[in-house]
Amino acid sequence: MKRFVTSGLLVAALAVGACTNPDRFGADGTGAGAGLTAGAGANKGIIPGSANDPTSTVFFQQSVGDRVLFQVDQSNLTAEGRATLDGQAQWLLTNTDYQAVIEGHADEQGTREYNLALGARRANAAQEYLISKGVPASRLRVVSYGKERPIEICSNEACYAKNRRAVTVLAGGLTS
Amino acid sequence: MKPLIASLCMGLGLWLNTTAPAQAQEPLRIIIDEAIIEPLPFAVPTFQAESAAAGQMANDLARVVAADLTGTGLFREIPSSSYISTVSDFNAAVRYADWKAINAQALVTGAVNVQGNNLNVKFRLYDVFSGAELGSGLQFSGTVEGWRRMAHKVADAVYARITGEGPYFDSRVVYVSETGPKDDRKKRLAIMDYDGANVQYLTDSGTIVLAPRFSPTGDRVLYTSYESGFPRIYVLDIGSVQRRVLESAEGTMSFAPRFSPSGQTVVFSLTQGGNTDIYSMDINSGQSVRLTNTPAIETAPSYSPDGSRIVFESDRSGTQQLYVMPATGGEAQRISFGEGRYGTPVWSPRGDLVAFTKQNKGRFHIGVMRLDGSQERLLTASFLDEGPTWAPNGRVIMFARETQGAQGSSTLYSVDISGRNLRPVRTPAGGSDPSWSPLQK
Repeated sequence: MKRFVTSGLLVAALAVGACTNPDRFGADGTGAGAGLTAGAGANKGIIPGSANDPTSTVFFQQSVGDRVLFQVDQSNLTAEGRATLDGQAQWLLTNTDYQAVIEGHADEQGTREYNLALGARRANAAQEYLISKGVPASRLRVVSYGKERPIEICSNEACYAKNRRAVTVLAGGLTS
Repeated sequence: MKPLIASLCMGLGLWLNTTAPAQAQEPLRIIIDEAIIEPLPFAVPTFQAESAAAGQMANDLARVVAADLTGTGLFREIPSSSYISTVSDFNAAVRYADWKAINAQALVTGAVNVQGNNLNVKFRLYDVFSGAELGSGLQFSGTVEGWRRMAHKVADAVYARITGEGPYFDSRVVYVSETGPKDDRKKRLAIMDYDGANVQYLTDSGTIVLAPRFSPTGDRVLYTSYESGFPRIYVLDIGSVQRRVLESAEGTMSFAPRFSPSGQTVVFSLTQGGNTDIYSMDINSGQSVRLTNTPAIETAPSYSPDGSRIVFESDRSGTQQLYVMPATGGEAQRISFGEGRYGTPVWSPRGDLVAFTKQNKGRFHIGVMRLDGSQERLLTASFLDEGPTWAPNGRVIMFARETQGAQGSSTLYSVDISGRNLRPVRTPAGGSDPSWSPLQK
């Protein structure tokens, strides 16, 4: 018990090196799209795989919007969330090479098991909305991370609001 | 792992649960439920080394016994610098007056013999103020590397004799070792002695692992892992560190597993189509049975010690609350009615209480209540306390406390069910999701 303080400091020291955690499957799709088509980049000034290529994962993440946010302890979609999902559905119906895993997340204000179940409700709400807009269920999977993968690490509502999310993570694309 | 204590001998006579010769004085006894506990002063001089190789061990054993006892908050050690007497012969008469003079109410003496890899430990417990030995001593033999367990066995016998509570020091805890910041936290399964010694890692940090739970015999652990990309339940054999995934249908998530008291059945949560219900599964056949069927979140199931009932949490009322149902499913009775939300219920090994996590007004608490929901008692309060587990004697609870903010980290704590003696458990890194083993054999 005397050495407790020391171990606390160790964890604190590691935390100084914090950086933003990329979503688990996100990095792959981006890299694959960019690499394969690099040679065709001169076409109309659009660099394939970049943010101005409307078929790229980066475009999906940044311009369509890859995530919807939720109220405290809620899994019903907000008007803003539905608008984002409308864009996602349209994009997925255009870019049929892609599959997606929808990741549900919760903020840290809850017990671990409950937050896993709550994250699953959120991911499912997004998935059902996309299916209702015509995206084939076979292209969508869901997973919950509960409170295990926050993207913001402060302990107040500004961070919690961004952590209560369902993120549509693309897989496949040009390489599949 | 092979048993470290090869035999438990009663070689020094019977350890009788009777009090010392009739005296006008109160027998040496701590009643834990008294409102204020004055820690009982005791002395544990360095054990007698009965072989050349036993010198260091003689000191180390006494130190671990002392740490176990003082760690309960019920005992206070008299430092050896105060001693008037030395103990130079394990079998010689104790000079009670010398120990009485320094107010040592209890005296523990011991002797240790090391031959090759064999270790033999004897000890005696004396009620100094009555001037009598309590019981007639005990001896344990085993291997040298199991020496800490023998110290815990000695301390368990002293603790049980004086408090009347069951022993718990010779036990282990499986937990999740945590390193790194909140947004890049690495988690590994780890196992340790109850006091944080002898940490060993059971998985690497490549994938998220959650909530390990001991089998009733302490040889296997159930846990949840994202190894496949999705949460699934694994069962791991501690001795061989071999693991296997439990059956689960494609497109589902399973988590929050616990063994039944028989060790044959696993109760857990399964999520399908966004809805989470409780199932049980025969661990050998993989056959599962659905126990709840509502659109609510039903999770964190825990069996009663006789295996007949299950306590769990559900938000069917609109918020997380605790319910009890038959182990075969069926109608559930709500048992939590206080302010706030209740989760992670765990049935005590004595069967009389449920420990839980409570959220109320932005604070988290570990608490206990009776099975009918009465006598709720909150033991802790902080920014985030969660996930209680019971010591094998049902007297102490371990849980995880996460601190606030960007630098927040998680640490294991233990607390007596009276709410006294809250203290961190020393681990090499952060810790969460502890599960206390049964008492080792």
